[in-house]
Amino acid sequence: MNTSPSQTQPDGGSADPDVAARPLAGSTAAALPAEVAAPAASQVSAPQRVVVVGGGMVAQRFVEALRDRDDAGRHHVTVLAEEPRAPYDRVALTSYFSGRDPEALALGDPALWQDPLVRLVRGDAVTRVDRDARTVMTASGRTFPYDELVLATGSDAAVPPIEGNDLPGVFVYRTIDDVAALRGWVEERAAAASRPVRGAVIGGGLLGLEAAGALKALGAQATVVQFGTHLMSAQVDLGGGEALRRLINSLGVAVRVNTATQRMRPSRRTGAVGRLDFADGGRLDVDVVVLATGVRPRDELGRAMGLEIGARGGVVVDDACRTAVQNVWAIGEVACIQGACIGLVAPGYAMAEVVVDRLLGGAATFPGADTATKLKLAGVDVASWGDAFGSTPGSMEVVWADPVGGVYKKLVLADDARTLLGGVLVGDATAYASLRPMLGRALPGDPAAFLLPEGGAGAPELELPDDAGVCSCNNVSAGTVRAAVTEHGCTDLAGVKACTRAGTSCGSCLPLVKKLMTAELARSGVEVSNALCEHFDLSRAQLYDAVRVAGLTSFSEVVARFGTAEAGRGCDICKPVVASILSTVAPAHVLDGERATLQDTNDHVMANMQKDGTYSVVPRIPGGEITPEGLLVIGQVAKDFGLYTKITGGQRIDMFGARIDQLPGIWQRLVDAGFESGHAYGKSLRTVKSCVGSTWCRFGVQDSVGLAVDLELRYRGLRSPHKIKLGVSGCARECAEARGKDVGVIATDNGWNVYVGGNGGFTPKHAVLLAEDLSTEELVRTIDRFLMYYIRTADRLQRTAAWVADYEGGVDAIRAVVLEDSLGICADLDAAMVLHLETYEDEWAATLADPDKLRHFRSFVNAPDEHDRTLAYVAERGQARPATAAERAGAGAGPVLVAGTTLEVRS
Amino acid sequence: MTRWTPVCELAALDPERGVAALVDGVQVALFLLDDGRVLGVANHDPFSGANVVSRGIVGTHGERTTVTSPMHKQVWDLVTGECLDAAGKDPVDLAVFAVEVRDGTVHVGS
Repeated sequence: MNTSPSQTQPDGGSADPDVAARPLAGSTAAALPAEVAAPAASQVSAPQRVVVVGGGMVAQRFVEALRDRDDAGRHHVTVLAEEPRAPYDRVALTSYFSGRDPEALALGDPALWQDPLVRLVRGDAVTRVDRDARTVMTASGRTFPYDELVLATGSDAAVPPIEGNDLPGVFVYRTIDDVAALRGWVEERAAAASRPVRGAVIGGGLLGLEAAGALKALGAQATVVQFGTHLMSAQVDLGGGEALRRLINSLGVAVRVNTATQRMRPSRRTGAVGRLDFADGGRLDVDVVVLATGVRPRDELGRAMGLEIGARGGVVVDDACRTAVQNVWAIGEVACIQGACIGLVAPGYAMAEVVVDRLLGGAATFPGADTATKLKLAGVDVASWGDAFGSTPGSMEVVWADPVGGVYKKLVLADDARTLLGGVLVGDATAYASLRPMLGRALPGDPAAFLLPEGGAGAPELELPDDAGVCSCNNVSAGTVRAAVTEHGCTDLAGVKACTRAGTSCGSCLPLVKKLMTAELARSGVEVSNALCEHFDLSRAQLYDAVRVAGLTSFSEVVARFGTAEAGRGCDICKPVVASILSTVAPAHVLDGERATLQDTNDHVMANMQKDGTYSVVPRIPGGEITPEGLLVIGQVAKDFGLYTKITGGQRIDMFGARIDQLPGIWQRLVDAGFESGHAYGKSLRTVKSCVGSTWCRFGVQDSVGLAVDLELRYRGLRSPHKIKLGVSGCARECAEARGKDVGVIATDNGWNVYVGGNGGFTPKHAVLLAEDLSTEELVRTIDRFLMYYIRTADRLQRTAAWVADYEGGVDAIRAVVLEDSLGICADLDAAMVLHLETYEDEWAATLADPDKLRHFRSFVNAPDEHDRTLAYVAERGQARPATAAERAGAGAGPVLVAGTTLEVRS
Repeated sequence: MTRWTPVCELAALDPERGVAALVDGVQVALFLLDDGRVLGVANHDPFSGANVVSRGIVGTHGERTTVTSPMHKQVWDLVTGECLDAAGKDPVDLAVFAVEVRDGTVHVGS
């Protein structure tokens, strides 16, 4: 950071020492160009001070792009945000109702804001720009000098001049604070009234429909009041609007079109908004109103600076996003570019990239707005792009409408009947991802084929040209995605996303990205089939369903029925997978009959193989709670068998160095003392970690240990595509680190919040909120379903974090499945969990009771009393560890070798 | 001249699972296949140095019958001992042992 002294500015505010890279030369500086006023000595090395006014999504993208491309670090960037938080995903604002976790709206890598060349100032609005002195002043009185000024102030919600628009209970829908206030109001009303809260949304556009969805999510009734003839009239034609209205109705949202709201009347009793009066004489009783009639560019700073303002607002810029004033730029919704302000994020991102390029000496220009939109509302699929209204002269429309199925699709084609000009998809927008990039290009074959339901005539495969845009949020072309595979060696979706940033913002292009990636991998000869191995063409999820539906119970049946022609006898990949599938479809002991042949050595001997071929033993310690007597037993067993002991990360005790032939003896002792298998060896539930919770902790609000014990006993032995770890924290301090787990539970004053898809390990990931304030009963049901759904549909060795990330629609779609039963399978999932609970047995106790199973633990078939004499150990820190190769070679000269661990005298 | 050492009853072996046997101080991994053949290879896993080959999963790769190391997943042909998948290392084959079943008793040749 710079060490120049700050000095008092002419307006009395003080320059921020962190940002003022150079002192301004007093008031005379105002009259001179900065180059002259600045001390010459600092010219060469002084970084450029870039000040961004506004802390929205476009500002974030600007900083990201600048830091990404400014390799030399020549620019210091300061972002002045009015809102008291870092930029967040405003497009996903509605998800705040289901998630309620502001963190879930976080954009990009939070490390961006830790960058030493980046400074984020939150909660301080810019009030004035002195374009001569090149400084900006904020509401708190701070002054920031700049070399380059970027206006990214965005828009605010337009409040229509309707009488009563300032009544309590009338809200706009733009920021997290708006949404939080709306939610607070609805919840308050719901608590006060014995009937459902009645809500109305004025405005039937994209935002209005999302707001209506949000009201429904809060349990309120919702009526959408639209001035125009149909919903989403900016994007969708009348036919599409009709189909959309039926879909919206089916969600339980009422719609009034052709309705002008004349005034909002207060309730006589509460003084808050109570009634809407319409121009046609109609009325609607309401408890809450959301205004969603559009946005207005925040151009007041530009006006005050004397910048040119567009006819309908916005700071006028050229194609390089320059204003007429040198070193002042405008990007995003506040910019009036090519004659209009654009209220979409993708063009804003494009503008951010343009300015970054220009600052770095490039010559980029704004490529024109991609106004394609896709509605993000559960249960309603709407997409529109290009010339959706067929306003191009000579254009023709191909329409497919299925009023019964609630589907309306239209393609607008040029007069050659082949070139795609635009389209509208309502009710089924699956074709959107592949059709949108074809904008302006000829469609192969009959255009109508693209509109028919899937499984119909079958549209020809679209081969996108390399320059076709795939991800409009991040401006990634098909060629870039392909290059990620061919030039950068990406082999999976996560890799391609990280490499290209495609699909990392709104995610709507992910199906297309995946398709392109798969095609490219196949072309470069990489095997991309989902087939499990050479013995099964099915993926794990497909095989699971097949086995379940067919009711098969053995590997021989499975391989005979679903194996490939030359399936043979399976392998180390498919055998454990089938064993895992069978364990929940047709539960049986791991060593029962043929099942024994399917298991990895860990499951086969119910212990964890270590580097020298011995095993480690972990008795279950549910929730990490253990009595002193239990500790003594484990300690004595470890001592008697000479085992190395270590506390695990899952709050239990691991005993290392047990030979295969020692395992039954060790377990006999443990089982006799009341311990059971900890399944540390299985692709199954490992542990439920907990903090001590309200029973002891001064801060705990719930009994986290009690819940953790219950959960661990419920899911013990549940086999799954990969290991599963749970955590329960007794308060928001999160001492159990539950959000690093596959399922994390955090106590609240009202119950439990449940998070899913967390992971430590190689790619750490915080779990994301699935549901909140659940009762214990609701919580358990939710986890039951989440786990069982994961078990059924995940790939082999796919942890929940990757499963959630790959799941189409992400955690929202999974929430719909497990909480709203969107697939109608919850009863089935519940029954599967009941089967698990009913059939659970401690597999170690069962093994000890069955001499036939104990045969698997012989050291040598012809010398069961012998043991592996090649094992060698060295004492270290008071315990045994395997000798290294060098220690073995120099045995006698080096550290003392101890014999293989043996049971010392004790009968 | 092959010296045959009787090791165990055939009934002591489980189909498609291995056992370790001690033949003149050498650890041999024996596998009973589903077609009734018994095959023997060294129990010593040359990649990890641990005596664990007998605890690998038996399977097929194309026409070949294989065992996979339980340690780091290298794959060998059980008939020839050839290393079919070295899991990124330089391939090392396994020694094979002749096995005969006479009158229900498994013999290992050496």
